[in-house]
Amino acid sequence: MNYDVAVVGAGVVGALIARELSRTDLRVALLEKCNDVAMGTTKANSAIVHGGFDAANGTLKAKLNVRGTELMPQLCGLLHVPYRNNGSLVLAFSDEEMQHVHALYERGLKNGVPKLSILDKDAVLALEPHVSGEVVGALLSETAGIVCPYELTIAATENAVTNGVEFFRNCAVTAIQKHADGFTLETTRGEISASYVVNAAGIHSDDIARMIGDDSISLVARKGEYYLLDKAYGYLADHTIFQCPNKMGKGVLVTPTVDGNLLIGPSALDVEDKEDVDTTAQGLQFVVEKAKRSVPDLNLRGAITSFAGMRAHSTTDDFIIGFSEKSDRFLNVAGIESPGLSAAPAIAKMVYGMVCEKTNAAERADFVPGREAPVRFRNMTKSEREALIAKNKAYGRVICRCETITEGEILDAIHAPAGARDVDGVKRRTRAGMGRCQGGFCGSKVVEILSRELHLPMNEVTKFGGDSKILFGKTK
Amino acid sequence: MLQYDLVVVGGGPAGMAAALQAHEDGVEKILVLERADTLGGILEQCIHTGFGLHYFGEELSGPEYAARFSDALYKTNIDVKVDTMVLDISAENVVTAVNNFDGILTVQAKAVVLAMGCRERPRGALSIAGSRPSGIMTAGTAQKYVNIDGYMPGKTVVILGSGDIGLIMARRMTLEGAKVKAVCELMPYSGGLTRNIVQCLEDFGIPLRLSCTVIQTHGKERLEGVTVANVDEHSQPIPGTEEYIPCDTLMLSVGLIPENELSKSAGVTLDPVTNGPVVDEYRETSKKGVFACGNVLQVHDLVDYVTEESKLAGAGAAKFIRNEKPAGGLVSTAGANGVRYVVPQRINRQTDRDVKLYFRVGKVMESVMLSVSCGDETLISRKKRKMAPGEMEYVTLKASDLAKLPEGAKLVVSTREA
Amino acid sequence: MKTKDLICVSCPIGCAVTVTLNDNGEVVSVTGNTCKRGDSYARQECTHPERMLTSTVKVSGGRLPVVPVKSAKPVPKELLLSCMKEINKVQVQAPVHIGDVVLSNILNTGVDIVATNNA
Repeated sequence: MNYDVAVVGAGVVGALIARELSRTDLRVALLEKCNDVAMGTTKANSAIVHGGFDAANGTLKAKLNVRGTELMPQLCGLLHVPYRNNGSLVLAFSDEEMQHVHALYERGLKNGVPKLSILDKDAVLALEPHVSGEVVGALLSETAGIVCPYELTIAATENAVTNGVEFFRNCAVTAIQKHADGFTLETTRGEISASYVVNAAGIHSDDIARMIGDDSISLVARKGEYYLLDKAYGYLADHTIFQCPNKMGKGVLVTPTVDGNLLIGPSALDVEDKEDVDTTAQGLQFVVEKAKRSVPDLNLRGAITSFAGMRAHSTTDDFIIGFSEKSDRFLNVAGIESPGLSAAPAIAKMVYGMVCEKTNAAERADFVPGREAPVRFRNMTKSEREALIAKNKAYGRVICRCETITEGEILDAIHAPAGARDVDGVKRRTRAGMGRCQGGFCGSKVVEILSRELHLPMNEVTKFGGDSKILFGKTK
Repeated sequence: MLQYDLVVVGGGPAGMAAALQAHEDGVEKILVLERADTLGGILEQCIHTGFGLHYFGEELSGPEYAARFSDALYKTNIDVKVDTMVLDISAENVVTAVNNFDGILTVQAKAVVLAMGCRERPRGALSIAGSRPSGIMTAGTAQKYVNIDGYMPGKTVVILGSGDIGLIMARRMTLEGAKVKAVCELMPYSGGLTRNIVQCLEDFGIPLRLSCTVIQTHGKERLEGVTVANVDEHSQPIPGTEEYIPCDTLMLSVGLIPENELSKSAGVTLDPVTNGPVVDEYRETSKKGVFACGNVLQVHDLVDYVTEESKLAGAGAAKFIRNEKPAGGLVSTAGANGVRYVVPQRINRQTDRDVKLYFRVGKVMESVMLSVSCGDETLISRKKRKMAPGEMEYVTLKASDLAKLPEGAKLVVSTREA
Repeated sequence: MKTKDLICVSCPIGCAVTVTLNDNGEVVSVTGNTCKRGDSYARQECTHPERMLTSTVKVSGGRLPVVPVKSAKPVPKELLLSCMKEINKVQVQAPVHIGDVVLSNILNTGVDIVATNNA
């Protein structure tokens, strides 16, 4: 299999790069080691579109954050991805922290962040009545927002595949041979040749670079733990509420999600094992204690789930985007930690520019920039629902009760381009199993549907690929 | 829009008994809406026996108990729609439902019986640290896989929580060839029926570890083991007591929550302790013409009590449809001194029948005096040898005694040392 | 004389029953039970314990892959796992009705295994 470009890693960055490249006549392969897209850092982060005031002046982080945040609303509109421009607050609880807020404001202005302002205590409490009365003031960033990171990745991949990108799941790159005119990638699905490689392998991008002898990337795996609270607690915060940053990150935040839940986190702990996304009692306790400083009314009785994600922290403290010193056909896109999600649309544009310049690729006339809006039964009016069921009876069968997800939506998720192959994939695409009962009722039905549609025995259906099977053999 | 006298939401034991009673009491147009493909509710997967000893004087399995009612129901002119999910109940008792044969269904009901049952508490509510592999499921989900789908969800199992479903599944998995390593219970006593500890655990040598919980899960793809630890009197893990138990499956039986999303949409008031609606002796909620029964009202231990309660709701709905209004004002009930709640929460003084006050205690109690009092007056006083949180208790108040109470009186069910 | 404390498993009430046995291991008296089932359970449990057995049996051509079954009467406790081996060998053809015998006289106990649902 010969490609012009192989993008390694289908996180939000890789998927958006593949989508940008699908504007051209280049033959593009998107390689993902897991059974689905968005399985690494993209799956578990704060889901925030940052204003862009936090990164140091003149860094890639600063530049691409501001640009990405500007691009995000339109991109999400085109791809029908939930996005909300809810704005963010950085709270100060002392005069010292207030000085820091002023410094962030100044930095933001230099970074070119629009619509920043400093609020006094009353103004903060007027915006967010559940914020602690200890607050002194805050920085308001009106361009900040929230987005669903895995839905953005799923949509970008779908759109890329629609535009001709070939998506390979369960395709881990194990070695790379460098040739004069390109590379041969040895993968768990056989050899793949490509003239150019874009290394968007997230926390593993240092390992991928090392496969061509490039050991310039130095990453630290930094674990962050989160709690997700029931929608009944979504009222506690409307803006994304930060505390003053420290050297390990932006501190613990309290934010609504695009689905109306409340998310609190993350902790920050540097770990050895890149795959160690175990939650810990200490990490979760830290999150709750810190978050309560911002919003004292938080109550863990509303916790639906907790999770941990891994951030790829570069020791350079900035994004690494550029051709490798070992090959001018090997483009590293590494160290994409916060504000990576916010910056991702701009990173994709930047990489597109760099690849096109090298390859002289031509724009395709038939590029489809958007994807069709997925059916969301729960958001429809009665007449829309009636019309939908009249067209396809599968939309009349509710599978997930907590979130009101129909069989039709699950079938759509499975049969979409680069569709769901496992229970978690269905969950991320449809929300089936994401509600209060966490799949207690619908989990077995989703297994049944996957088994039927993918022609797999029930005991071959997995939670998220690999050996994550749900059932052993038959009882009889 | 369809017109019905009574719409029953849920075709499990509660819904079926309520519908049948209303039918018997002369209600003509009744519709039962059930989301599964058969009537019976959770009983369909409860294939163990022990159902019906009170009500039928026989020891039936869950499906047999359910069939007694569904057979009777299908012999009447009660309309049943299975595979039908109720989406909303409006303030005006318009029930909106969806299925794949009618599409969107709207029904104007004179009265509604809420009988949606309950759901299990998931892992998220527990904050167990560790990885998120496959192999962690509620005991009820596992029960469906084994008993309905015919698949084994695990080979070596640890069960967290000693509620009845967990105990039943310990035996079930053992009989089907799995090894159940332990049942861990956070509290110093089991949440399940004593008989289930005997016949589900002791019979098979499965250890029940009280004051013990799972603190961490291990394994990246499939579960590989759990770390358990003993807990102190504040339910906090005691350092140094951690033990790793290899297993491929963790089943959770850590409590049931009444499924009241629709009750909320209908606008009924919920009791913060039961998590079910506040009701009177006929199980009428705070909203006129809306009744609730079964596990959506309070989590029961015996289906026989569900049937009894649901017949009251059916009878109440029939009275409501006949426009019979209770007279004489209300008295309220409350629990005290270890009695966590009382159902019903209010009673019409001049009710036409004796009223059973159902309640649960908050901890294991031995040799206590149980009393029902109103102000300084003790109406009922009885010695109880043993009461446990896992078992629903009741005392019966005579209609004639109720009629003597002043309007607005408060009945208190409480315990004291004997 | 010695006494033995048991929990009656005849029904979900679970009465705490005390059995008094003579030196030959014969039951002299049963107290604490609230119905006559408790008396007979306690006597049986001290001499020859028995349990109801429930499981499923493979069914072909029905609405479900397995149909639930129970022992029509309690079987000796020590035979529970041996009975399971016999039950696991059975396969029935739909339609099956509640009460149908799917395996008669299991392990010569005189007890039939019967279906408890329609399939």
